[in-house]
Amino acid sequence: MKIKFTVNGRPETVDTDPMRRLLDVLRDDFGFLGVKEGCGEGECGACSVLVNGEIVFSCITPVGTVEGSEILTIEGYRNTERYRAIEAAMEEAGGVQCGFCTPGFVLAAEALLRKNPHPSEDEIREGISGNLCRCTGYSGIVEGIKKAAESEGVW
Amino acid sequence: MVTQNVVYRPGSLEEAYRLRTDTGALPLAGGTDLMVRYRKTAGLVPDPGRPVLFIGHLKDLRRVEERAEEVRIGSCTTYTELLSQKAVPEILKRCITLLASPPIRNRGTVGGNICNSSPAGDTLPVLHALECSLVLGNIRGERTVPIDRFITGPGENALSEDEILKEIVIPKAAFSGWCYRKIGTRRANALAKISFAGLYLIESGEVHDIRIAIGAVAPTVVRSREIEKTIIRIPRTSLQRSTVEMAARYRPLIRPITDQRSTTGYRAGVTLVLIEQFLTAVLQKKG
Ligand SMILES: Cc1cc2nc3c(=O)[nH]c(=O)nc-3n(C[C@H](O)[C@H](O)[C@H](O)COP(=O)(O)OP(=O)(O)OC[C@H]3O[C@@H](n4cnc5c(N)ncnc54)[C@H](O)[C@@H]3O)c2cc1C
Ligand code: FES
Ligand code: FES
Repeated sequence: MKIKFTVNGRPETVDTDPMRRLLDVLRDDFGFLGVKEGCGEGECGACSVLVNGEIVFSCITPVGTVEGSEILTIEGYRNTERYRAIEAAMEEAGGVQCGFCTPGFVLAAEALLRKNPHPSEDEIREGISGNLCRCTGYSGIVEGIKKAAESEGVW
Repeated sequence: MVTQNVVYRPGSLEEAYRLRTDTGALPLAGGTDLMVRYRKTAGLVPDPGRPVLFIGHLKDLRRVEERAEEVRIGSCTTYTELLSQKAVPEILKRCITLLASPPIRNRGTVGGNICNSSPAGDTLPVLHALECSLVLGNIRGERTVPIDRFITGPGENALSEDEILKEIVIPKAAFSGWCYRKIGTRRANALAKISFAGLYLIESGEVHDIRIAIGAVAPTVVRSREIEKTIIRIPRTSLQRSTVEMAARYRPLIRPITDQRSTTGYRAGVTLVLIEQFLTAVLQKKG
């Protein structure tokens, strides 16, 4: 089946099995290796991408279902001012250690902040509740998102 | 050789019905259950072993309509979409905010939860308590089935090979209050050990309607109209003295399937406490 969508702003067409995982298409066909595979079953968030602005797990998304959608991976997001605000805040707060979970957390933060630019701590924890981190213990990540949200006029 | 899945992406509900009849293809709404069920090792394509019918994109299945007597929810409306709809009952919204995590809620659908018919489906006790019915359609027409007659066992339901769940119909009814509780290991993403839905109506100091539905403690949702009847219209003072006794009547109905999430003893003990706490809360309510 031919499937059309945009990835990081570029229109693309793939001719592939529509049941293929969006994760595999993004990594193997497009080389977006910032999309990670952790659990492969919707439990960890390492494979998170934005589909039409909403956070989605690409490991359980058949590529055929994103026909006509706009997909954003960390590679596309990193060219934005918002990314730079999150990057700086995460660095300052110690929200990154090994980094495997980080693209997923950054996109979860974006999905949250675009709907709710001034989240409470509970709302931040809820916003990242689909993501697991084996290193930081989460406090640094939560702190980082809090700090990012304080950046003037970015969200 | 690697085989390709046969997948259909119909342009309309009509076409979906036709494809379902002609090919017996498996409907896929959000895919959050199916993609996990049919996953293979990393990099390989999930393969259900039969044709697949994408339905999640169909506008006719993705809507909420409020009518005078009822609210109709299209089967493929996502959880996130339902949270933003005024017409959706609060008890269902509360249940959804405790279900999985935002990325799952952005894709998962209430129709998928119903048709998956898992004993741990969180929306099921809520939909039983609300006395929903389901509109099942095929190429020839539609039929409406109450939810408690649709789900027949763990993973089993009355959907025919040529049917698609079209809508969930929630009748409007007056309630003084509601309660939804989910007992699980971790807040996000954990399947329930027990999920509890309670609704009640109190008028001039008497309980006029009470509905208790419990999920994950038996092969299908536990609800007993017989026990509920014994609670309705008895004076509050005598009910007050007997909440523990009332709750204990549910004990024989708690027969969980064996699974890794919990034991029978734990589930039974906690369920009775949840029921008792609910009854106590109902009795404290003025009205
Ligand atoms: C990490 C994770 C956490 C989860 N947490 C929870 C949780 O807390 N609580 C909970 O209840 N569930 C949970 N789930 C399960 C799942 O997300 C829900 O059951 C969801 O509602 C399924 O909806 P879907 O649209 O994704 O279903 P799909 O996977 O698309 O379909 C599920 C089944 O229903 C059938 N089907 C779907 N729609 C229709 C239709 N309209 N007509 C006929 N058949 C249909 C499909 O053929 C399939 O058999 C979780 C899943 C994951 C991966
Ligand atoms: S790899 Fe997708 S959620 Fe873990
Ligand atoms: S920084 Fe290592 S998993 Fe999060």
